[in-house]
Amino acid sequence: MSQQTSSPVQAVEQKLKSGSKPVIDFDRFRPTRSSIRARKRHNVVMTGLVVFSFLIALVPLVSVLWVSISKGLKRLNWDFLTHNMAGVVGGNPTLTGGHGGILHAIIGTLEVTAGAMVISVPIGVMCAVFLVEYAAGGRIAKAIALLVDVMSGIPSIVAGLFAFSMFATIVGPGAVNGFSGSIALSLLMIPTVVKTSEDMLRVVPNDLREAAYALGVTKQRTITKIVLRTALPGIVSGVILAIARVIGETAPLLIASGFIVSTNFNLFSGRMTTLPVYVYNEYSQGLAVCGPGADPGCVASIRMERAWAAALVLIVIVLFLNLLGRLISKVFSVEEK
Amino acid sequence: MKNMASSQPVNNCKSNQVSSFTEADATQSGHLADRIFKILAWTAGIVIFVALAAVTLFLILRALPAFTGSPADRASALDALSGGRVTSFLAYVGPLLFGTVIIAGLSLLVAFPISVGIALFITHYAPRKLSTLLSSVIDLLAAIPSVVYGLWGALIVVPAITGFWAWVAHYLGWIPLFSGPVAAPARSVATVALVLAVMIVPIITSVARDICAQAPRLQQEAALALGATKWETIRLAVLPFAKSGLISASMLGLGRALGETMAVLMILSPGFSYSLHLLRASTSQTIAANIASQFPEANAMGVASLIATGLVLFLITFLVNFIARRITGKGSSK
Amino acid sequence: MHKNAFARGAAFVLALTISVGLAACGDNQPVPQHNSQGQVETESGHIVGEFAGSGASSQQSANEAWIAGFQYRHTGARISYDPAGSGAGVTAFLNGSVIWAGTDEPLSDDQVEQSKSVCAGSSAFELPVYVTPIALAYNLPQAGLNKPNRHLNMDPVTIAQIFQGQITRWNDRRLAELNPDVELPDLAITVIHRSDKSGTTKSLLKYMEASAGPAWPYQPGQNWPNDIGQGAKGTAGLVMTLTQAEGTFGYADVAQTNGLGTVAVRVGSSYVPATEQTAAAMLEHKVTFKPQGANSLRKVLDVDYATNKAGTYPILLISYDVVCKAYRNDANGKKADFAKSWLTYLESDSGQQQSASNAGSVPLSSNIRQGFAHSVREIGVA
Repeated sequence: MSQQTSSPVQAVEQKLKSGSKPVIDFDRFRPTRSSIRARKRHNVVMTGLVVFSFLIALVPLVSVLWVSISKGLKRLNWDFLTHNMAGVVGGNPTLTGGHGGILHAIIGTLEVTAGAMVISVPIGVMCAVFLVEYAAGGRIAKAIALLVDVMSGIPSIVAGLFAFSMFATIVGPGAVNGFSGSIALSLLMIPTVVKTSEDMLRVVPNDLREAAYALGVTKQRTITKIVLRTALPGIVSGVILAIARVIGETAPLLIASGFIVSTNFNLFSGRMTTLPVYVYNEYSQGLAVCGPGADPGCVASIRMERAWAAALVLIVIVLFLNLLGRLISKVFSVEEK
Repeated sequence: MKNMASSQPVNNCKSNQVSSFTEADATQSGHLADRIFKILAWTAGIVIFVALAAVTLFLILRALPAFTGSPADRASALDALSGGRVTSFLAYVGPLLFGTVIIAGLSLLVAFPISVGIALFITHYAPRKLSTLLSSVIDLLAAIPSVVYGLWGALIVVPAITGFWAWVAHYLGWIPLFSGPVAAPARSVATVALVLAVMIVPIITSVARDICAQAPRLQQEAALALGATKWETIRLAVLPFAKSGLISASMLGLGRALGETMAVLMILSPGFSYSLHLLRASTSQTIAANIASQFPEANAMGVASLIATGLVLFLITFLVNFIARRITGKGSSK
Repeated sequence: MHKNAFARGAAFVLALTISVGLAACGDNQPVPQHNSQGQVETESGHIVGEFAGSGASSQQSANEAWIAGFQYRHTGARISYDPAGSGAGVTAFLNGSVIWAGTDEPLSDDQVEQSKSVCAGSSAFELPVYVTPIALAYNLPQAGLNKPNRHLNMDPVTIAQIFQGQITRWNDRRLAELNPDVELPDLAITVIHRSDKSGTTKSLLKYMEASAGPAWPYQPGQNWPNDIGQGAKGTAGLVMTLTQAEGTFGYADVAQTNGLGTVAVRVGSSYVPATEQTAAAMLEHKVTFKPQGANSLRKVLDVDYATNKAGTYPILLISYDVVCKAYRNDANGKKADFAKSWLTYLESDSGQQQSASNAGSVPLSSNIRQGFAHSVREIGVA
């Protein structure tokens, strides 16, 4: 550390910090050979560390993806995607030759997530509008921004407990349905939506607003027709990323939405399986019993294989949503020009 | 983000202009729509208040029996939840809270430097094409469901890392933190913290990357022009700028780690103690994983007690975020 | 170029999503059911409508099999079972949101009292539907002890000492004495127990309390009482942990211990392994109904864990179904009719065979089924 003081940049920095007038002592700035070498060494070491941290992070990340893909592909086929688990017994094959599937879980995931989206997007976007356009800089805006931050830290299981408690209090104990899960997820989504929308609204150039006001456009029309429209691609991609983040939640849905083997289209009544819950449930059932006298097609490890295949589908859905979000922000982005 | 916030776009062109126009020629309906829209915006802002209040309220409502119910019921519920270890709520939640904080803290300790490293690699070291690719990979990883990390951790990491921990304990066992006997299979606090670190690295990185990318170009170029090495440039012109943002990014990661359920549930061998022996089995448990493992079989009083522990977790994350907010607030005001 | 590829990929996945969404709701066609003589069942039942149950996850595999069998007979019925856990299931039942609950724990007096509102004045009762032997399993593949027909011998006191960390190595003198003709490896014993609240743990702890005497100081409960060894979530997690290291020792349903070694426990003067036969013998000879009040329909089983009878394996997990004698808001008797048919099927030969071959359970003994049938007959409209 000691040789750093001889670094010219730091010397200037220190002078500036101390507030004294820079009395330039050029000799001090003449780099000694050892200091140059030390700085270079330092640079190489830090570059090495940065690259190393990157490489070290790559190992587990690649491993996660590789394991999911290699284990998931085994059972991932059309039959798996178009059937649910109703009528599937243990490791026995069904009449179509498959071993059950995840159609019900895909539908459940889509509906529960859509429900969460319908709740959180209007609230989130309007809240961002409120923060940027109506209350900017005020005490209330600061308080709400703080609360949004706090909200973004709500643990997902607490969100699940909240939805469970709310429905238990309002509907009656033990009320479990897809919508309850939507509420839990929307609680996790709102802060993300607010934050990304807020950032996007702030990026909209002030000139646009002023021009609109100058033309006599009302504030509401300025916001909806100009500000929101300009910020739309950013908001949409933010929303999609927020969805990608909650679509994989397991713990809150386990509590709030339950588990069922057949397809349930009704979000508001009855249990609803989602993909992460399906993965967890398949994992936790362990081996299927293929004792003597069982069907010759019986696969004892079928549940684990189904769990990985469902996990892979979930990853593909998330990947797709991510790409969609990027695509939208890329295609419609205004500020790049 | 911070420099954008300071520009505060609309404050100066607010209602006075609008109202003058409505006087002049705006139609009644435009005026009405304006007011409705304003009310809607206000409502949305207030909904945030209400939602948080509702979360607190409902949790308290459901947790209340754990404090007001008959003492015998409460004691027997806690006795059942803890396998006969404790009968008072504080004694129950204490070790859980300790375990939660230890595991989340450790994972942040591991993840933070790595995340900053990756963020810097993406923004300052990697070639442009590679960095866009890496960015999307990081975003994808941030969205991988925790249950997948749980499966991966339990099936792949645990058997693979057991030997490594044994090695660590053999050579570093004189440090109490790493003293054995090493759990075999390694379903210990250390393993869980590592898996959680892997989970939060993409989250911290994706925020840190955005912040590092926003560091003012001019200052970096000035530093380079003065002959600073790449690392000196980063240290002088990037890190000071990014400091508060990095703190809030790490708080985001910490929040995730504090509330992570499935991965902990599937990997950790839980215990109820205030032990700091990271490599041993059955030392700690987190609040979130404990709720998930006890909730299904719990009776009404047990559920109330578990929700009460959830409330404690909520308060902790609240505190963490609040403190982070204060720190970053101070950082940016300087 | 890039955008084009993106767009194509997006369109493909979108098309896939839509086509999946538009397909029928995806139920698998029922597989033909065979009765005990191996003939395909042809009788067709009269139950129509949707019925939901919820409760113990231990019963999940059995319920899968029963639902498939029941729906094959009653083609108009749609039944679901949510393995939410015994506690959650009974809560849902008492609230009236499910028709039956599966539980590893018999009802408490409070719960029976509470059930009067949902049971239209009558009260709820539980019937044993699912019995499975719990094996003490170990993983010693290097020593060649994981073979299906090799069992290590242990007595209750030894088991208690292992679970309390007093015997820590496989080649301990006390273990070697019980297994004179086995070469025990010089390995540490890692005890694996359940980390979640579970009926399996409680059954084992009851056995330990009854058979090990003063060597076992803990009260039976659904959570494991000490911090020796490691805890794992659920049977699947426990079995996975057992297989991940050598020298592990834990407990799980026999059906889940494929590839692991299991312990023959000392009963009287002999050592009894956990098999379907020994568990069935236990059920036949050493399991009785607990005495209940007059007119009570409750059938709670009392297991004599301290059995001395040769050939009976004492560690059994018993899981119950909770139903009402009569249901609230059930004027046309649809719910009662379903509950009656459902339990009748469960108790029938084909129902018991269905769960035995698909979930590894032990068929109920004839005297249990008699008492069972007696209670089922009483279900009806209030």
